[in-house]
Amino acid sequence: MKPIIRGKAYVLGDHIDTDQIIPARHLVYSLGDPEERMRYGQYALSGVPEAQAGLPDGHHPFVKEGHTSPYTVIVAGKNFGCGSSREHAPAALQIAGVEAVVAESYARIFYRNTIDGGFLVPLESTEPLCRTVRTGDPVEIDTTAGMLRVGDKTFRLKPLGAVEAILRAGDVFAYARQSGLLR
Amino acid sequence: MGLTITEKILARHAGRDRVEPGEILWVDVDVLMTHDVCGPGTIGVFKRQFGERARVWDKDRVVITPDHYIFTADPHARRNLDVLRAFALEQGIPHFYDAGPNRYKGVCHVALAEEGFTRPGEVLFGTDSHTCTAGAFGGFATGIGNTDAALILGIGKLWVKVPETMRFVFEGPLPPYLMAKDLILQVIGDIGVDGASYRAMEFAGEGVYALPIEERMTLCNMVIEAGGKNGVIAPDKATLDYISRRTEKPFEVVTGDADSRYHSERAYQLSDLEPVVARPHSPDNRALARECRDVRLDRAYIGSCTGGKVEDFRAAARILNGRTVTVGTYVVPATTAVARALDQERIDGKTLRQILEAAGAQIAEGASCAACLGGPADTFGRLNGAEVCISTTNRNFPGRMGSRQSAVYLASPLTVAASAVAGRITDPREFLA
Repeated sequence: MKPIIRGKAYVLGDHIDTDQIIPARHLVYSLGDPEERMRYGQYALSGVPEAQAGLPDGHHPFVKEGHTSPYTVIVAGKNFGCGSSREHAPAALQIAGVEAVVAESYARIFYRNTIDGGFLVPLESTEPLCRTVRTGDPVEIDTTAGMLRVGDKTFRLKPLGAVEAILRAGDVFAYARQSGLLR
Repeated sequence: MGLTITEKILARHAGRDRVEPGEILWVDVDVLMTHDVCGPGTIGVFKRQFGERARVWDKDRVVITPDHYIFTADPHARRNLDVLRAFALEQGIPHFYDAGPNRYKGVCHVALAEEGFTRPGEVLFGTDSHTCTAGAFGGFATGIGNTDAALILGIGKLWVKVPETMRFVFEGPLPPYLMAKDLILQVIGDIGVDGASYRAMEFAGEGVYALPIEERMTLCNMVIEAGGKNGVIAPDKATLDYISRRTEKPFEVVTGDADSRYHSERAYQLSDLEPVVARPHSPDNRALARECRDVRLDRAYIGSCTGGKVEDFRAAARILNGRTVTVGTYVVPATTAVARALDQERIDGKTLRQILEAAGAQIAEGASCAACLGGPADTFGRLNGAEVCISTTNRNFPGRMGSRQSAVYLASPLTVAASAVAGRITDPREFLA
């Protein structure tokens, strides 16, 4: 986990489900194939209705061309990642270049997948930042201090709690090794 | 203070006498299920982490049920089935239900029950969010991603955080116009799509035990739509009758203690409840079916792990017997066993298939997840444009059944069938004498 994550914010609302993060028709591509997996970056967040894509204005495609996004930090509302258990969802965001999501809360399978797979850092805000931060704003996250800075404002993030050990280890396999369950 | 069913199962699988909500435990896994969408990714992570020549921890505890993208010409989807075949062969996995004429079952959650893998007291993980369905048999069951599944393939263990338990009690006899789908949509509407996040949802009461087993599966199936970690129903005689016919493996029934501690408890009188729908685009956007009469429909869909079981078609046929649908009505049996039951179950001397076909419904040739989650463009029943659909499935997120322009209403098979006849959303009581 990087101590400081900087990037342009992409802002979304509440209840962004995994069908919006990566629509099911794309789940046929191989995550292991170096070329084919790039499609997940290309189609990341392509299921978000256009009016809600990049708040507050909407109509900002997350990926404009190729398979990477100019936005590397997602700022969202409640229950981010609800729906399916598809690990393609955090993988798609990572392949598109996302390093952190800052949401008010997460659906638990998505949350767990991001941590156990080491895809990105899922942080929780203490207030609805998706109404403060605007798509395109440069943001800076201090993962050690638990702070998000945007412009001259600083916002506190919730402590990661018990899962911090897995994020620091890198993924669930590294954590299982540390726990003595894997050699 | 006693333990809930969920706490007790997790404690036993971690070798502990007792646990507290919020604790993190490593638990032993009894069954791991995967399918064609997440299986190839899981296998990829397993091989990367444990080596090309690694063996799974226990081949008898791994169940592979291709079910999502089976009846499609999509070359990537076909390739994914080949990845499962090669792995099952290499590992000698006996419980591989390959697509094809011999072993194919269909939708994993229904197939798991039919084949006796949903045993009371056990811990079952699956790479699908609706794995929570299996809690209807009194086990702990939840969905996970590829990485967690790959770790289980290697070591047979996974960490879990012990959830608090929310208890939902349905009191009174079950009226003939209500189905499990109405009960769970009522609950989700009350607590919201994140109302049970990180928690177990335990169902109890006379109304729950009046439900046939498949209906109890529907109740637990949709706990994920409230953010729940697992749904659970303590086993009764009907549970044990169902499962004992389907497995020879011994299992131990686990029940909660009388003095268990719950996060919260909600009680419902079934006589107070009415048939409901979830309006676009969220499963908690509840309304009474009778208050949505002005919603005109383009399509009706009956299928999936949630609404494509024998009980679901039996209910739909009660309405469709002797009537005709006025909108395109797509029927997809969840499993090959359900498809066979359409030819065996009868109402008024006619098979369910005869009733559905005479009403004008189109029945898919094969059992699968089909259009519940959209799928490749050639998927049976997929919403490819701005259609308004009423469906027995589980999710109505934007674009879930295909096009982002479509609008999906979720309802019970009774309500879907009544609405398919009327061409607008209809309370099934209008047709039930």
